[in-house]
Amino acid sequence: MLARNYPGAGVTERLHDPELTALRSGDEQAFQLLVARLHGPMLRLVMGYVRDRDIAEDVVQESWLTVLKNLDRFEERSTLQTWILGIALNIARSRRRKERRVLPFSSLWRRGDREERGATVDRSRFDAGGTWKEIPDSWSNVPESRLLSQETMKRVRDAVDALPPMQREVIVLRDVAGMDSEEVCGMLGITAENQRVRLHRARTAVRKVLEEYLR
Amino acid sequence: MICRDVVELMTDYLEGALAPADLARFEDHIAGCNGCRAYLEQLRKTLQVTGRIANTEPLPASLESELTTAFRDWHSKREGSL
Repeated sequence: MLARNYPGAGVTERLHDPELTALRSGDEQAFQLLVARLHGPMLRLVMGYVRDRDIAEDVVQESWLTVLKNLDRFEERSTLQTWILGIALNIARSRRRKERRVLPFSSLWRRGDREERGATVDRSRFDAGGTWKEIPDSWSNVPESRLLSQETMKRVRDAVDALPPMQREVIVLRDVAGMDSEEVCGMLGITAENQRVRLHRARTAVRKVLEEYLR
Repeated sequence: MICRDVVELMTDYLEGALAPADLARFEDHIAGCNGCRAYLEQLRKTLQVTGRIANTEPLPASLESELTTAFRDWHSKREGSL
């Protein structure tokens, strides 16, 4: 809940997030806008946990139904967006646990999560003294139309979906959903340092995919 | 600092999480190193592109209409119980 002081009034009035107030008053358009705005981040958060898009959309739907069911009990200890994405994450994780029993390759799903340290740039790109052998390409000459093309977007989406879950969660919440570091640490129950390590690995993995594509 | 180590500090740098002494050394290195500057620029562009993928997932019309119905039902039940 947002607390605001009004000088002179001598009281601290607690204000609700206007979006939350709109939802609670039955504002359909506010709800639709929120659903549309969070669809991309929610889908990305969920996609890595389930087999296909249909199941992912099903999880998104279940998440919104859960949001509605609990909306009156939401106490604003986090932002509305953080709360909703947290619900989607929990549902996706529990869906994965159920599916794990039937999928033969489930042991692969967490691969990479244990390798949280180590170099993120191929060692062969540096000489013995640790200096670049060849300077990385400058992307300032890549036109926006190419950098933001549908094909580039598809490759980045696939790269994010392919990350180990712990890295994927962090990059989706930070860079796709635009949450701040503190919110993400709180939601995932991790330290700021741990979050940076995961974020670094995730971003450098996406960078590598882009580098190969833009070369 | 050498390039091989500098690249591993770039997220800490972008997050403003480098200790003052490390920050000074990092910035000194970057100022004189075309390779690391290019790499940092690539990382920045990567964030920019990743930030755009959220808008590339249109909400399916069927899902939108199901959720709108659910919202209406939720609200009318809620009004009834208040």
